[in-house]
Amino acid sequence: MARVEAEVGKPQGGLLKWIDDRFPLTKTLKYHVTEYYASKNFNVWYVFGVLAFVVLFIQLFTGLFLTMNYKPSAAEAFASVEYIMRDVEWGWLIRYVHSTGASFFFIVVYLHMFRAMLYGSYKKPRELIWLIGMLIFFVLMAEAFAGYLLPWGQMSYWGAQVIISLFGAIPGIGDALVEFIRGDYSISDITLNRFFALHVIALPLALIGLVFVHIVALHEVGSNNPDGIEIKENKGPDGVPVDGVAFHPYHTSKDLVAIVIFLMIFSAVVFFAPEMGGYFLEHANFEPANLRATPEHIAPVWYFTPFYAILRAVPDKLWGAILMALAVLLPMFLPWLDKSRVRSIRYRGWMYKTALTVFVVSFLTLGWLGVQPAEGIYVRAAQVFTALYFLFFLLMPYYTTIDKTKPVPDRVVAHG
Amino acid sequence: MTDDEQDRIDRNRRHFLTVATAVTGLAGVGLAAIPFLSSLKPSARAQALGAPVEVPIGALQEGEMVRVLWRGKLVYILKRSDAMVAGLADNVANLEDPDSEVVEQQPDYAANPMRSIRPDFLVVEGSCTHLGCAPLEDFEVRPSEEWNGGFFCPCHGSKFDLAGRVWQGVPAPTNLRVPPHRFVRDDLILIGQDTGAA
Repeated sequence: MARVEAEVGKPQGGLLKWIDDRFPLTKTLKYHVTEYYASKNFNVWYVFGVLAFVVLFIQLFTGLFLTMNYKPSAAEAFASVEYIMRDVEWGWLIRYVHSTGASFFFIVVYLHMFRAMLYGSYKKPRELIWLIGMLIFFVLMAEAFAGYLLPWGQMSYWGAQVIISLFGAIPGIGDALVEFIRGDYSISDITLNRFFALHVIALPLALIGLVFVHIVALHEVGSNNPDGIEIKENKGPDGVPVDGVAFHPYHTSKDLVAIVIFLMIFSAVVFFAPEMGGYFLEHANFEPANLRATPEHIAPVWYFTPFYAILRAVPDKLWGAILMALAVLLPMFLPWLDKSRVRSIRYRGWMYKTALTVFVVSFLTLGWLGVQPAEGIYVRAAQVFTALYFLFFLLMPYYTTIDKTKPVPDRVVAHG
Repeated sequence: MTDDEQDRIDRNRRHFLTVATAVTGLAGVGLAAIPFLSSLKPSARAQALGAPVEVPIGALQEGEMVRVLWRGKLVYILKRSDAMVAGLADNVANLEDPDSEVVEQQPDYAANPMRSIRPDFLVVEGSCTHLGCAPLEDFEVRPSEEWNGGFFCPCHGSKFDLAGRVWQGVPAPTNLRVPPHRFVRDDLILIGQDTGAA
C-alpha cells in the first residue's frame, strides 16, 4: 500500500513530462524563450523585430477574414471590397486594419533594418540573419504589390501595369515574360486571380517560413546590442552571459510596453486617418479600374516611392529598371561592404556617421520625390539623391576602412 | 563496421548510383513542372477572347479619336486631318525613330512616315512603350515647343507625335506599337487581323 502511494504521490512531470518524452517542448521553450539571453542594454530600436511579428500576425488574421468576403474576379473585386466596407458587419474595421497594417509593416521593417545599420547587426557572425531578413523584405514587397492589385481600383490596375511592364525591359525575353506573369495579353481577370493566390497562399507561407528561419539563425549566434560587442564572450560561472538577461520574462515585459504603444498609434491611424491623406490608400483607387484611361498622377504606395523615384530618375527604360533593381538588392551586400573593425555607431568615426546621415536623407527625399510629378527640378533632384544613395554603398569599403574608430568597451554600457 | 567491410564498399559504384538517382529525380521534377508552368500561360479562353474586333469608323470626324479594347489592350483610332498629316513631316529631327526602323513596333504595311495604311487613319496601341500607361491626346499645335500635336504620357513624361513616333530624350525607348489591322470596308476597321476574311 505504501509503495503504491509513493508512486501515485509522485506527480512531477505529469502531462508536461508525457509531452516532453515525445516532443521537445520544455527544451524548445528554454532554448528560445526562458533561457535565451539577450543584452540587458537594449534600447527602443530593439522593439521593431517583435513589432514586425505583431504586424505579421495582424495581417494574417485580418487577411483571413477579408478572404471570406472578397471575390477575386475583375467583375466583382471592386464591388466586393465596397461590400466589405458597407454591408459586412465591422467589415470596414477589418479592411482598414489590413490596409493600415500593410503600411505599418513597412514602417516597422524599415526601422528594424535601420537598427541593423546603426549597430552593425549585419556584421560577422550575423550575415545570414541579414540575408534572410533581406529575403523577407523582398517577399514582403511582392506580397504588398500583389495585395494592392486586389481591390481592382484605378491605381491597382495602372500601378500593376507599370510594375509588370518593368520586366518587359529585359532584352530578348521581356515581352514573353510579361505575358507569362499576366497570363493574358493585358492585366485581366486572370492576372487578378493569380495575384490573389500568391497574396493569400504562396507569399504568406514563404514569409512565415523565412521569419522562422530568421529567428532560428538569430538564436544560434545571439542578438547584437547597441554596443555591438559579443556578450557571449563574458560569461559568469553559471555559463550565462553576465550582460545578458533572459528573453522571458525580461525582454517580453519590455516588449509588451512597446506593443501597447504601437497599438495605440496603429489604432489612431485606423480610426482617424486610414487613408493617411492618400498615402496609405491612394485616392485614385476609390474608382474602379478603367482600362481606357490612366490616372493623371500615378505613384505607387509610399513604401515603394524611394525605388520608384530611382526608376524615374533615369531617362532610359532598361537602365532605369536595372538601377531600381540594384537599389533594392544592394543592401544585401552590407556585411561585406562594411570593413569597419567596430559594429556600433557609438564607436565609429565621423565618416560613417556622415555617410549614414546622407543615406537616410537620400532615402527619405527619394521617397518624397517618388510621389511628385516626373518633371523638371524633381527629376534633377532624384538624379542627385540616386547618386548619393548608390555612393553610400559603393564607397563603403573605402570610408569604413579609413574611418577612425573609438575603443570598444568590454562590457555593455547603459545609456539613457 | 570493420575495416574489412569498409574495403568491400565500391565507392565509385555508390557515387555513380547517387548521381544517377539525383539526375533522374531532377529530370522528373523538370517534367512535372511543365503542366504547372504551362497553366500560367494565356488559357484557351483568354486566347479566344483575344479574337479580332471590328470597329466602325464612318462617323469619326477629323481630329476625333476612339479608344477600343483588343485583347484587353487599349487601341487608339485617330482620324487625322490634312493639316495633321502635313505636320508629320516637320520636327522629324526631334524623333528617335522617324522611319519606323524598329521592326517589331509595326507590321510592314505601317512602316512608313505616317505609320498607317491610310494617311487619314492612325491605329496604334494606347500603351506607352516605357511602362504601359495610356498616353493622353494633346492635339493642340504649339509652335513654341515645336509641338504639332501628338500624345503625352502622364506617368513619366514620354512624348509621341501624331504617328505615334517617340520623341528623343524621353523614357519611352520606341514608337507606339501599331497592332495588326486592315480595312474591311472604307468605314470598317478590323483590329487584330490583317489577312483573310473577317
